[in-house]
Amino acid sequence: MTNKAIIVEKLSKTFNGFKAVDEISFEVGRGEIFGFLGANGAGKTTAMKMLCGLSMPSSGKATVAGFDIYQENESIKKNIGYMSQKFSLYEDLTIRENIRFYAGIYGIRPDIIKTKTVQLLTQLSLEKEADQLVGQLPLGWKQKLAFSVAIFHDPQIVFLDEPTGGVDPITRRDFWNMIYDATAKGITVFVTTHYMDEAEYCDRVSIMVDGQIDALDTPGNLKRLYQAESMDQVFLQIARKAKRTE
Amino acid sequence: MNPLKYILEKEFKQIFRDPAIIRVIFILPVIQLIILPLTADYEIKNINISIIDRDHSTTSNRLIHKITSSNYFKLIDYSGDFNQAMTGIDNDKADLIIELPRGFEADLYAQKKTTIFLAVNAINGVKANLGATYLRTIIQNYNNDFRIALLTPGRFNELPIIETTSSNWYNPKMNYKFFMVPGILVLLITMIGLNLSAINIVREKEIGTIEQINVTPIKKIHFILGKLIPFWILGLIVITIGLFIAWLFYGIIPLGTYFTIYVFAAVYLLIILGIGLLISTYAENQQQAMLISFFLLMIFVLMGGLYTNIDSMPEWAQWVTKFNPVAYFIEVMRRVVLKGSGLSDIKQLLSIMLIFAIVVNYWAVISYRKRS
Amino acid sequence: MKQFYHFILKEFYHIFRDRKTLLILLGMPMAQIIIFGFALSNEVKNAHITIVNESNGAASVQLVQKIEASKYFELYNQSTRTADIEKMFKKGVIKVALVIPSDFDKTILAQNNSRLQIIADATDPNVATTLTAYLSIIIADFQKEINQLNTVPYTIDLETRMMYNPQLKGAYNFVPGVMAMVLLLVCTMMTSLTIVREKELGNMEILLASPVNPLIIILAKAVPYLILSIINIITILLLSYFVLDVPINGSLILLFAVSILFILVSLSLGLLISSVTDSQKSAMFISLIVMFLPTVMFSGFIFPIENMPLPLRTISNIIPAKWYFIIVKSVMIKGLGFKLIWKEVLILTGMMLFLFSMAIKKFKIRLS
Repeated sequence: MTNKAIIVEKLSKTFNGFKAVDEISFEVGRGEIFGFLGANGAGKTTAMKMLCGLSMPSSGKATVAGFDIYQENESIKKNIGYMSQKFSLYEDLTIRENIRFYAGIYGIRPDIIKTKTVQLLTQLSLEKEADQLVGQLPLGWKQKLAFSVAIFHDPQIVFLDEPTGGVDPITRRDFWNMIYDATAKGITVFVTTHYMDEAEYCDRVSIMVDGQIDALDTPGNLKRLYQAESMDQVFLQIARKAKRTE
Repeated sequence: MNPLKYILEKEFKQIFRDPAIIRVIFILPVIQLIILPLTADYEIKNINISIIDRDHSTTSNRLIHKITSSNYFKLIDYSGDFNQAMTGIDNDKADLIIELPRGFEADLYAQKKTTIFLAVNAINGVKANLGATYLRTIIQNYNNDFRIALLTPGRFNELPIIETTSSNWYNPKMNYKFFMVPGILVLLITMIGLNLSAINIVREKEIGTIEQINVTPIKKIHFILGKLIPFWILGLIVITIGLFIAWLFYGIIPLGTYFTIYVFAAVYLLIILGIGLLISTYAENQQQAMLISFFLLMIFVLMGGLYTNIDSMPEWAQWVTKFNPVAYFIEVMRRVVLKGSGLSDIKQLLSIMLIFAIVVNYWAVISYRKRS
Repeated sequence: MKQFYHFILKEFYHIFRDRKTLLILLGMPMAQIIIFGFALSNEVKNAHITIVNESNGAASVQLVQKIEASKYFELYNQSTRTADIEKMFKKGVIKVALVIPSDFDKTILAQNNSRLQIIADATDPNVATTLTAYLSIIIADFQKEINQLNTVPYTIDLETRMMYNPQLKGAYNFVPGVMAMVLLLVCTMMTSLTIVREKELGNMEILLASPVNPLIIILAKAVPYLILSIINIITILLLSYFVLDVPINGSLILLFAVSILFILVSLSLGLLISSVTDSQKSAMFISLIVMFLPTVMFSGFIFPIENMPLPLRTISNIIPAKWYFIIVKSVMIKGLGFKLIWKEVLILTGMMLFLFSMAIKKFKIRLS
């Protein structure tokens, strides 16, 4: 049990009779890069929000980082990082101020904040822009910054919701390098995306259709199973059955 | 380190980087306190009166002279044509029409009943009432003088006269500004406090940064305090600016102590900000938040005794007023500034406010959900 | 034309989906009319008075009873010391005090002149004046009674007729005022917010990229609020007439026509505001400072315009609500016809054309 980062059992979320997430079950191992795929409207974000403690499940069970999502929600929050689909750093604060704020909320000591900030800025080559307002950064840098802030406090698991939306291919590749670096440090990465090529970068993927998980395996196995050359084709075959679109 | 410290840091930085807020804090008090009292003058003067004199006697002329020489009335029509006078009322050129009937003097001397007719444009109730009251007083005085003159002194005084002296306390010059400015000050911080705190959380909801906060282990109470404290300090700054302008422009110095005002203001602000936060928690977007706070503001202020008197409200409305924090503060402001009331005089009101503050903010903390 | 219609439909969907906002837009005006109509009044009555009766003889007791019986006063208590008066004023429990000196009864009976002292809390000067006057009138009546003369010789009676508003109901003044405020809020603020919101969210660019004339898009946003406002007016009029007994003495059609004119003015103002700003926050603050506050201050519905110094009276002339307020009062309560209000209508029409053309011009500049 303890080497599983996330355990989900028949988790559901219903909105006014509409089952956005329909009894999904899966497990994520520690240090894994788990890709949570699906078309728009399949229920990925809803499911993720339940795991992050942003949304109350309608039924089912789950543990995140070993904590129960119903009873130990606040403990989960201490051990996870999150990057939402909408950019959510404060545009009217500087890079440094944003880092300081979030790091402080997570309880990191001021001296450690200082040193880690320097590290982060160097890594992202943003030393000169450290005191610029975040709103002035181009999109790609914002995304990378948001990711770095999300893992600043060395969480066990980091949840990424469509982190590479609207970003150029080079930045996307940089981003995934950052994800690999994170896993190297032992962080489990749970990422949703609708870019099927990114699915190739994951250890395992699941594909959600109409609120349910219709496929769950490594990309390699799935391609073999569906006799496809790319995850794109796998997805097309599976998603063709989909009745819901956003 | 205390997470509260970090969230306060962030909130303060955001506030001071927001040009709109800075402008509002400094410009609004100035506009409101300088222009509003000039407009908010309820002193009834220049009541326009049309006089129709069908008698044209010495007596009627003397009475008319008495009326027109008073400071309250302005004679605008003396044509004697009733229709013209009525048109005057329709056009809002005249507020009152007074008609002295033919035979006025003769009847009076003959000790027969004489009646003067008065028509009042009563749409504006205040003006109408006061105008009619002034007129009645002037006529009564004239009547008394008339009587005394006829009853020659030395004879048995059949009619004892009750002399009434009246004095006006606390605002002897009857300066309406002294009455309005304290109330406007309350309006000012209520407007700013309510609107700013109402948009605040909703804004984060709309932009999306609220999610990032909700996913952290931050405690609800820290989050709410982080929103409350900066605006609370801002509110106190606004009051200071307001009091300063009140002194500078109107020479208003409270008879009581500034300390009393600040103590009450501190508690009052907690209530207003708490209400704003509640609105912010329940509203889905900034539009809603603004709408709700606007309407609430209107109701609170208009029923708070700024515009009309609470005493003249029906029972049920007076009851509702007991839940209106604005009413409390306006009352306290006026008392402290004009009557010199101190903390002991208002301690009952203050304790009620404290209870409200605790209830409202407790509600705000409880109703804020990190997980929906 | 068909495009226009479709856009309007889309805007309606937006509004209907936002149930909470819709509820507020339709419900709040109703709540306000009822609350203000019933609760607000300019009448002075039930004023708390304390009487220091140092005489306690039969005559003074009679006077006290007479005051108690009056609807204008409510006897708070009968104090024994004049020193208590100050305390009561400070505690805010009384508005006026009457002091009856110890020799009152003696002097009344001996048919000499007696004296009474009225002390009023002049915090609110008008109330003080009114209460003092009422008290004086009661005392004058008392004088008549005491003398047991049926008529006092040489008496002038005053017969008063309160026109348009015989019961001095506050609602007559408030209802037109609330109408103006509600329309302004809904039309100006909501319209400007809706348009600016699309700008903020970035949707505006998408719409502008379409082949549709951008003007149509923007006008389509205003139309639903026009309809909503008409519904609001109907509701307000119904409530005022049936629940508050406010008369509608003039032509209903005229009233509607003028109201729609005012709505158009407000909508134009909303359009203008939305063309000069890109953020909802500043749209709101501009609405507050440029529209709401000045209207409250200068429209004449709360504060009397005639009392203002000349420069402010001049400013009040550019506030559309001021003219609307006059028209509504004239038509609704006085029952006047178009002939007497054509001037104000002309002014409003002029304002509307001006604001509208300014808004269109500004939009054209920004879009190119």
